[in-house]
Amino acid sequence: MLSQASSALVTCYQCGKCTAGCPVAERMDLSPNQILRLVQLGQEEKAIRSSGIWLCVSCLTCVARCPKSLGCAAAFDMLREKAVREGKVNASQHRVVLFYREFLKNVRKNGRLHEADLVGRYKLLGFAKDFRVHLLLKDATLAPRLMRRGRFSIKAQPMRDLGIVERIFQRCAQPTNATDDSVVTSEETV
Amino acid sequence: MEFGYYPGCALHGSSNEYEASLRACMNTLNVELCELDDWICCGATAAHALNHMLSIALPARNLAIAERDGLNEVFAPCPLCSMELHKARKSLADDQALQGQVSEIVESPVTGQTDVLNLIQVFQRIGTERLAARVKRPLSHIRAACYYGCLLTRPPKIVQFDNCEHPTSMQDILKSLGAEVVEWGSATECCGAGLTLASEDVVLELSHRILTDAAASGANCIVTACPMCHVNLDMKQADVERRWNAHHDMMVYYLSDLVGLALGLDEQELGIARHFVVTDPAERDASHAANFSTSTTEEQNSCLE
Repeated sequence: MLSQASSALVTCYQCGKCTAGCPVAERMDLSPNQILRLVQLGQEEKAIRSSGIWLCVSCLTCVARCPKSLGCAAAFDMLREKAVREGKVNASQHRVVLFYREFLKNVRKNGRLHEADLVGRYKLLGFAKDFRVHLLLKDATLAPRLMRRGRFSIKAQPMRDLGIVERIFQRCAQPTNATDDSVVTSEETV
Repeated sequence: MEFGYYPGCALHGSSNEYEASLRACMNTLNVELCELDDWICCGATAAHALNHMLSIALPARNLAIAERDGLNEVFAPCPLCSMELHKARKSLADDQALQGQVSEIVESPVTGQTDVLNLIQVFQRIGTERLAARVKRPLSHIRAACYYGCLLTRPPKIVQFDNCEHPTSMQDILKSLGAEVVEWGSATECCGAGLTLASEDVVLELSHRILTDAAASGANCIVTACPMCHVNLDMKQADVERRWNAHHDMMVYYLSDLVGLALGLDEQELGIARHFVVTDPAERDASHAANFSTSTTEEQNSCLE
């Protein structure tokens, strides 16, 4: 039984233009067209565990060039959502997922991004996961350098109506089996 | 001339010098910007990567505000924001049932009829003839590599703006202000966008390629209309140089910086002094002519293969 995603990709004839134009394809474990191929064949389970879907920079080059007006963007969004929902995120990409999750938590609190809070939490939580001191400490001088340029605010600049923010998030909330520790080990990936 | 205005989080945060720059231009050109009342974050990449409905609802809330307040056109200077607004607009306009569903979620009627404009389009509205007529200081020292990044021209079906492989809209504006522009191959190559923190190595490599290509193509500066691109090429330039053992020394302007300079505004009010790389393109020409070294160029160009 093929999924809706697989049906949506039925016209993809694996020409490879998406992969050819992808700026980060070389870094991926599976190339963009290979990931779509897995979806076409009903093997989303393998696709959601790839590093490729998280290395994606959302540049939409694949969408612009696809001769069948598909591109990988919509499929990758679906796969990313599914990977987090099922707790099967490729371990090597945990920082990307962490960043996106913290970003949304941050927006939920203020209605707008509070950069200082996001960076602080991202750095600390990332370190708590992979103990990479270098990543924790670098950019420490960025805050004062931005501050000197009048481009940094330690205080949040929230919206007036935070109630609507919370209600929008609640109405869009998805059921998930993922805990915060929603990564898979590298042995379990493709 | 009046537009609805959606600054987004970056322009009110660490890219506030971009807002200073564009506001200075708009003031001088008598363009009024009506900031959307109590706007909400567009969700950027995080929302569309993790939650499809949220990625429509957040920008839709802003479109609803625009509709409620009679603002038919909204200027969104950040292309990540304008992309999310465009995607929401497109999804809603084609789908009545979705309009109903989303209107309920955002507690305000939204149909997606609002037009979304980027910085280049606003200058196009003002018109190159009008801009040219008001030039006080022609940009004769500028030889620009116009850098569009990803989201201004892609995907063509959604943004319907310029040409996604060989855009020329920025060039046209700069030429009308007396600047020279270069032909180069990286105008729409990605800089790594919002992954500056989470995938820094990707951003450093992609930005290095862009900076290298701009120099190799004879440009003495890069011009952009996106705060994420600007951060990756300007704020991260020193990190790029360290990582790739390169010397870029490349000024990265916002389009509004150069338009403002041409109109006679000064660097302070345009926020140019608040960039990270603050150098003079004319001086760059002089020093690079004196210090030309073939081995460095080969080393730098090898990353373009």
